[in-house]
Amino acid sequence: MPASESDILQGLAEILNEVAGVDVEQVTPEKSFIDDLDVDSLSMVEVVVAAEEKFEVRIPDDDVKNLRTVGDAVSYIKSAGVAA
Amino acid sequence: MAASAQPAPSSSPPALQLTHPPGAAGARIVGLGDYRPTRVVTNEELSRRVDTDDQWIRERTGIAERRIAESETVADMATEAAAKALADSGLAAGEIDLIVAATCSAENRLPGIAAVVAGRLGMPAPGAYDLNAACAGFCYALANAADAIRAGNARRVLVIGVEKLSDITDWDDRSTCIIFADGAGAAVVEASDSPGIGPVAWGSDGARSDTITCLADDPYLRMEGPAVFRWATTSLTAVGRRACELAGITTRDLDALVLHQANLRIMDSLARSLGVRDKVLARDIVEAGNTSAASIPMAMTRMRNSGEIASGDLALLLAFGAGLTYAGQVVRIP
Repeated sequence: MPASESDILQGLAEILNEVAGVDVEQVTPEKSFIDDLDVDSLSMVEVVVAAEEKFEVRIPDDDVKNLRTVGDAVSYIKSAGVAA
Repeated sequence: MAASAQPAPSSSPPALQLTHPPGAAGARIVGLGDYRPTRVVTNEELSRRVDTDDQWIRERTGIAERRIAESETVADMATEAAAKALADSGLAAGEIDLIVAATCSAENRLPGIAAVVAGRLGMPAPGAYDLNAACAGFCYALANAADAIRAGNARRVLVIGVEKLSDITDWDDRSTCIIFADGAGAAVVEASDSPGIGPVAWGSDGARSDTITCLADDPYLRMEGPAVFRWATTSLTAVGRRACELAGITTRDLDALVLHQANLRIMDSLARSLGVRDKVLARDIVEAGNTSAASIPMAMTRMRNSGEIASGDLALLLAFGAGLTYAGQVVRIP
């Protein structure tokens, strides 16, 4: 069964906390990874790799550049999960 | 074939058999040396040129300072490191019968650095060639050296990794100028009764050759940092494990991990995934930056000279870079 949006959000918050030390409470859909959560480009790669594993999806480098906010990532993972 | 129906006359001589003298059972490193340019460039100095600061650089790369060759040439640095490695080995220059120099940043296309070093050190007639496997070059050269010895084509080989990346660094590009640096490292390799250099685990991913480039129409080194970071942190753990497996050991048997000093974040990630965080980890990058093919012999020399690692210790060398190329092997520290 594909993960729901709230499951994905929670999963991302756990990953962001582990990889980049982001407070779980801070992870809400409107937040920008770089500007609001202070996730740099290399941490973003680690988040993506961990998310691929957790949600069993593929997120190519070219698509990572378009994931500006947490909400962008949630939608991407949701649709990628459905497509899979 | 109809013609073959004719039996050869019994008087014709048998085809000449070529001979190949047997090689050595193994090869081992018997000397190490490095050269670090005199000019230090701090993060603070870089922050006066590009939009960055000490904390920004340290968080993303682990680098505190790097050294840049202002007056030294690639041949100068290579010769200095080679002379130190030779002195460390106790061998005379005339005893070296092959030099392999790994570099991708020599100022001149010709002559090759290996031959220039041979001339400067007074070596009469060693085989001499340069190779370019980018940042993975030293591990390729070390494998070539060990193989030449095992095949009987050489007894004592001088292996050099040398780079002057400052020549091809865009000092206005903050994603690369904070990383790259200059330096040289060298190792003397000699025949031995048992292997002190394990089999090489090497390969490449040419489909991603556009991620690190220095092209004819652009004089500077360009790198897609996040893509390289992703590749390195997800693909190289298996290569490191394979190098250990080929040498008949597991990562638990290692005393030290000497990764190409690319970026401390990549190095920490690989140390974690290889399960060797409790081992001695090379961290020369903090003061030397990323010196491409020179980084592994420089780091190894520093660790041995400072006593961080001891003679007889087992170290996994693992390098990766443009190509994308990679190579790793287990070595015993001299």
